[in-house]
Amino acid sequence: MADAGTLVTATALEDADRRKAWGFVAPALLWTIAFFVVPFAFMAAMSLWKREGRDLVRVWNFDNYTRFFSENALFQGLVNSLEITIIVTVISVLLAYPLAWIIAERVPKRLQRMALILAILPFWTSYVVRSYSWLLVLSKNGVINQLFLNIGLISEPLELASTRTATVIGFVHFFVMLLTLTIYSNLIQLSPNYRRAAADLGANAFQTFWHVVLPLTLPGIVTGAFLTFVLCIGDYVTPQILGGNNELVLPQIIMLQLGRRADFPMAAALSIVLMLAVTVAYLACARWLKIERA
Amino acid sequence: MQSVRDGARLRRFFSSTAAVAIAALSTMAAPAPVFAQEELNALVWCDHTDPALLEPFEKANDVKVNVKVYEGTGAGLSILDQSQPGDWDVLVIDGVDVHRAIDLDLLAEMPANALPTADIFPEVRMEANNTKDGKTYAVTEKFGYNTISYDKTKVDPKDMQDLSVIWSDKYKGRIALYDYYLPMIGLVGLGLGKKTSELTDADMPAIKEKLAAMRAVSKQVSDVVSSQTALATGEVDILVGGGEWITAVLSADKPSLDWTIPEQGAVRWAQSIGVMKDSTKQELALKFVQYILSPEGQARLATSSCYWAMPANAKAGEFLNDQQKTALRFNEQAEYLKKTQLYPIPSAELDQQFQDAWTEMLQQ
Repeated sequence: MADAGTLVTATALEDADRRKAWGFVAPALLWTIAFFVVPFAFMAAMSLWKREGRDLVRVWNFDNYTRFFSENALFQGLVNSLEITIIVTVISVLLAYPLAWIIAERVPKRLQRMALILAILPFWTSYVVRSYSWLLVLSKNGVINQLFLNIGLISEPLELASTRTATVIGFVHFFVMLLTLTIYSNLIQLSPNYRRAAADLGANAFQTFWHVVLPLTLPGIVTGAFLTFVLCIGDYVTPQILGGNNELVLPQIIMLQLGRRADFPMAAALSIVLMLAVTVAYLACARWLKIERA
Repeated sequence: MQSVRDGARLRRFFSSTAAVAIAALSTMAAPAPVFAQEELNALVWCDHTDPALLEPFEKANDVKVNVKVYEGTGAGLSILDQSQPGDWDVLVIDGVDVHRAIDLDLLAEMPANALPTADIFPEVRMEANNTKDGKTYAVTEKFGYNTISYDKTKVDPKDMQDLSVIWSDKYKGRIALYDYYLPMIGLVGLGLGKKTSELTDADMPAIKEKLAAMRAVSKQVSDVVSSQTALATGEVDILVGGGEWITAVLSADKPSLDWTIPEQGAVRWAQSIGVMKDSTKQELALKFVQYILSPEGQARLATSSCYWAMPANAKAGEFLNDQQKTALRFNEQAEYLKKTQLYPIPSAELDQQFQDAWTEMLQQ
């Protein structure tokens, strides 16, 4: 009987804890349902409708997806998006890691905050203004071409603006800062004892970096790289301004569907494809995103 | 007691009188903030956001005009679709799309005798577009040309008189294409010797071929700002699809930029303005339309900060200075209007083919 009483009390406590837990979770859950799940479900449903002329045909079908995979001009948008995003992510990581390492290891502690503020300054300017500024820098009469022409490095201006290179430069400028922050936050938490232990075991500087520091800072790199991937693949402004429409990425093709014909079903289908690409990227990174260092 | 009560009454009287006096004096000393009696909501193109255009109307009518800018009729119709009836009072729309708005029952009929139709250039009155069953739903307020803009110090102006320059190799890599498929396909049609109003799906193979040729010799395909930037910075020397609306606003700073209408002609665009059917302020909305169409309103709209273009009202010239008239080629309009044709107005099916062809061209 006593045991039964104890069991009832324990069950009651568990129920109370469960109710309390739900109380804590409920606001976030409601928020997610209202502002993600419902709109996503609506978008998914919309992607299965069809625009015919000026009319919206509310009959379930996969025509928009069929069209996306069968029309090269549309599918190429996904290919371009993935290519540009992967290039930007790799270059940003390669530039951001040394920068984060210099700030964490070489800059005196008292100046690190200032160095970080300087690193994130590009975030403070308007995204659109920054893109147009790059357009002016990279144009035929821009700073880079004029400098190279004046020092005799080139005889004709380089074609920099309105190219994939320009788009990549615009993106990298932005994302290097984002990655620097995530990698720096990882590096700064790394105990010097790991490196001392590696040195005691006879590892040289490169071996210490390769076998100890890099694996331990991988979560920071992957988190930053994933954020870069998500923001880059969904961006419309930078490719639109700096790419000169010389190759369309998926967000630009989505905008094309909306601009005049208001083809929301096709735009929704393309958006679902974009989200699937991000989901695949997340699954690829999930292993590292979950890593917890002891 | 009596005296006490009287004293209290007197104190109350004097204190209340003092309060009233202080209040009265303070209102005289410091003018109260002025709040507009009414608000008017207009869904517009960016040229209607210029305070120099809106303020005279706002002051004259003690009204605040709230403007929301949209680009592309599809986007504008989506905004209206997501709005409550009565949210919007005035709509500015592409002249070729007025019937889309009429068919969606968005526009109110306007009394024809309340509009200065007789003062509008006959070629841009566009009754077929702005009216239906004899009823006026919109009026042309501004127009211009999608033609060839260029830097006259970098290219031979004689070459710009022939539309075939847009797909020739002579200026390869120095050409920007304006990123709007309708006028651009219209220009291609003219280059092929077709009338813009007579383009059909039978013309699509030839149009696609020329679009591909244009793309092959172009440096970029870009929106208004990027096109202007490219031309102004020397990134390109020719802008196909440009016109006075690209170069006129830069005329003071960049006198080397010019535009022309080639021998084969060019495409004419026009924007219309109308009153929303569900507006609860139809009278005020009509007043706004009348102001925009007045000679003064037209001159301000023609030279508004976002982009310049020709006023539809021929009498607007009285309010334009010589520099503005020169930049707009105001006195050459009679000849230009003869040489130009309106945008193509495709059926929904042909429109889809146009857009697909344009997307293919961008992605080639």
